[in-house]
Amino acid sequence: MADQAHAVPKDGHSGGTRREFLYLMTAAAGAYGVASVAWPFISSMNPSQDVLALSSIEVDISSIQPGEGITVKWRGKPLFIRRRTPEEIKAAESVNIAQLRDPQTDKDRVQKPEWLVLIGVCTHLGCVPQGEKSSEPRGEYGGYYCPCHGSQYDTSGRIRKGPAPLNLAVPPYTFTGDTTVKVG
Amino acid sequence: MSKHFKNPVVRWIDHRLPVFSYLDHEANEYPTPKNLNYWWNFGSLAGFMLITMIATGIFLAMQYTPHVSMAFNSVERIMRDVNFGWLLRYLHMNGASMFFIVVYIHIFRGLYFGSYKAPRELLWQLGVLILLLMMATAFMGYVLPWGQMSFWGATVITNLFSAIPLVGDKIVTLLWGGFAVDNPTLNRFFALHYLMPFVILAVVMLHIIALHRFGSNNPIGIDTKGKQDTIPFHPYYTTKDIFGLGIFLIFYAFWVFYAPNALGDPDNYIPANPLSTPEHIVPEWYFLPFYAILRSIPDKLMGVIAMGASIAILFVLPWLDRSPVRSGTFRPVFKWFFWMLVFDCAILMFVGKNPPDWFWQPFAMHVTPAEEVVAAAGVADADALWPITFAGGTLGIKILLLGQLATLYYFAYFIVVLPLLSIFETPKRLPLSISEPVLKGGGKAAVAHAHSKPMEKA
Ligand code: HEM
Ligand code: FES
Repeated sequence: MADQAHAVPKDGHSGGTRREFLYLMTAAAGAYGVASVAWPFISSMNPSQDVLALSSIEVDISSIQPGEGITVKWRGKPLFIRRRTPEEIKAAESVNIAQLRDPQTDKDRVQKPEWLVLIGVCTHLGCVPQGEKSSEPRGEYGGYYCPCHGSQYDTSGRIRKGPAPLNLAVPPYTFTGDTTVKVG
Repeated sequence: MSKHFKNPVVRWIDHRLPVFSYLDHEANEYPTPKNLNYWWNFGSLAGFMLITMIATGIFLAMQYTPHVSMAFNSVERIMRDVNFGWLLRYLHMNGASMFFIVVYIHIFRGLYFGSYKAPRELLWQLGVLILLLMMATAFMGYVLPWGQMSFWGATVITNLFSAIPLVGDKIVTLLWGGFAVDNPTLNRFFALHYLMPFVILAVVMLHIIALHRFGSNNPIGIDTKGKQDTIPFHPYYTTKDIFGLGIFLIFYAFWVFYAPNALGDPDNYIPANPLSTPEHIVPEWYFLPFYAILRSIPDKLMGVIAMGASIAILFVLPWLDRSPVRSGTFRPVFKWFFWMLVFDCAILMFVGKNPPDWFWQPFAMHVTPAEEVVAAAGVADADALWPITFAGGTLGIKILLLGQLATLYYFAYFIVVLPLLSIFETPKRLPLSISEPVLKGGGKAAVAHAHSKPMEKA
């Protein structure tokens, strides 16, 4: 039997016997079966419906003083909402974006210049940068300073120095009133 | 096949299930080189630690609650209210450190005596696999008490995967089960932390099967040539292992009873706060060299690759060191580079512990923050400093630079030094057999006699 399976067919084609074809199809069907059973297991590790459902919040921003910010929790992460002073806005707008590591204008990062809304997670390895309160270190660019490996962000949350590759992320948000913002 | 045991019950069982023959074969008859020194104690110590971790872990798991709102308090309850809970936890917590100390010594033993060389390559690779599994287990265990270091350690380490191009962020979300380290993460880490030690146990068994194929290496690194070179494992090495265990337990007990928190970070007694990162995030001591390598490379992806490579390189070590001589005892040049590697790993630990932009001032025996060096040097900011300065009248080396040099040597040892030594080093003459150095020479007759006794018995 084994001899037959390995014999070169008379028509001169090498390989490609009916038996080999069946082996291949069986293996493919088996692999497909294993993959389709593995999928639900892996998928179960991804965020569940209840985690996804918690994904929008409304924040009252009326009490924030110029130059200060607040930190709230959104999707388990710190969310920064900072009320910028006119000087901070000017500093953010006057940057030549050609010099930036992750070039973006300040306009592209805010809806109202006075309000900077950011995800407070350093794009290096995920620490929370300092600088929301004016009493905290804000780094050389007056924005944020990450204590973990020294990344520094400007008043638009753009990366200026240190190991982080990207600007602080801007979440999707809308102003639902003069003093409320909805995030998510 | 099966041996004749005196006890009829044992004989009855062994006939049907030859476990006693197997144990007798592996432990009792198992011929072991007669010249093993105390560096060979650490394998059995590692086995002892694995069992200790599993035993203490199972009893801790009976009291622990894997939920973000209760985990920290459940550990505090273990410490205060559970009978002997403090003992179980301190044994487990310090046990992790003891396990790593023992395993690191075990690995350096292998590096010095060439235990990774043919025919023990797979044995060595299984060992490296055990190290990787241990690291994963310890990392996930450290997250369970849900203190500040638990949380931020988990955040930083899982974020390493985000360095992978394209799919990195998806992988991180998958690991977390959410958009940050949170309850789903804690839950799965507990499940996996419970599972992994048993996976380790299985790999340890493979490790031992591979070991018993060719037997232990030995301090002079030449193969045993016959019965005159070996003694049975039991009772000779069982006795020696138990003696070593006694000494080791004194050391272990010292930490557990006199300095139970000395090896840990006090910040982990602050409950996890996802909105505030502690000043200095430092991993447990046993991860420091790898952390130092990670930080030495300024690029995120390359840093992660370098850290992975620092372990991956151990997998291919048997093919990098081509010298046919196993034991470092007979390799006059290798020896120097080996001890420099040991020293290098100590430096990497030191680097991993300290912030990269600080300065080490070896003569002042001090590590100085960047701001102070900037002030002493009278320059505008830290960018204007050279990585080697004489600011403040004493030599200062930037921790980052020190880490880069140490990382360079670490890799050079494996990629450059060992391959070159395989070609250019002239080893010393090897003894003809394990017995030769003891048997020859009149003055050593008494010693030779003592050593030859087991041979007569065998
Ligand atoms: C390779 C073996 C193991 C290692 C290296 C290891 C390591 C660790 C570490 C480093 C911690 C954190 C200790 C602390 O700071 O409080 C920990 C906690 C814990 N481990 Fe393990 N572990 C091992 C095996 C196990 C096993 C087998 C179980 C369960 C069956 C277990 C259950 C636990 C529990 C419940 C905690 C949380 C309580 C606590 O923090 O003390 N461990 N483990
Ligand atoms: S996590 Fe912010 S600099 Fe590394």
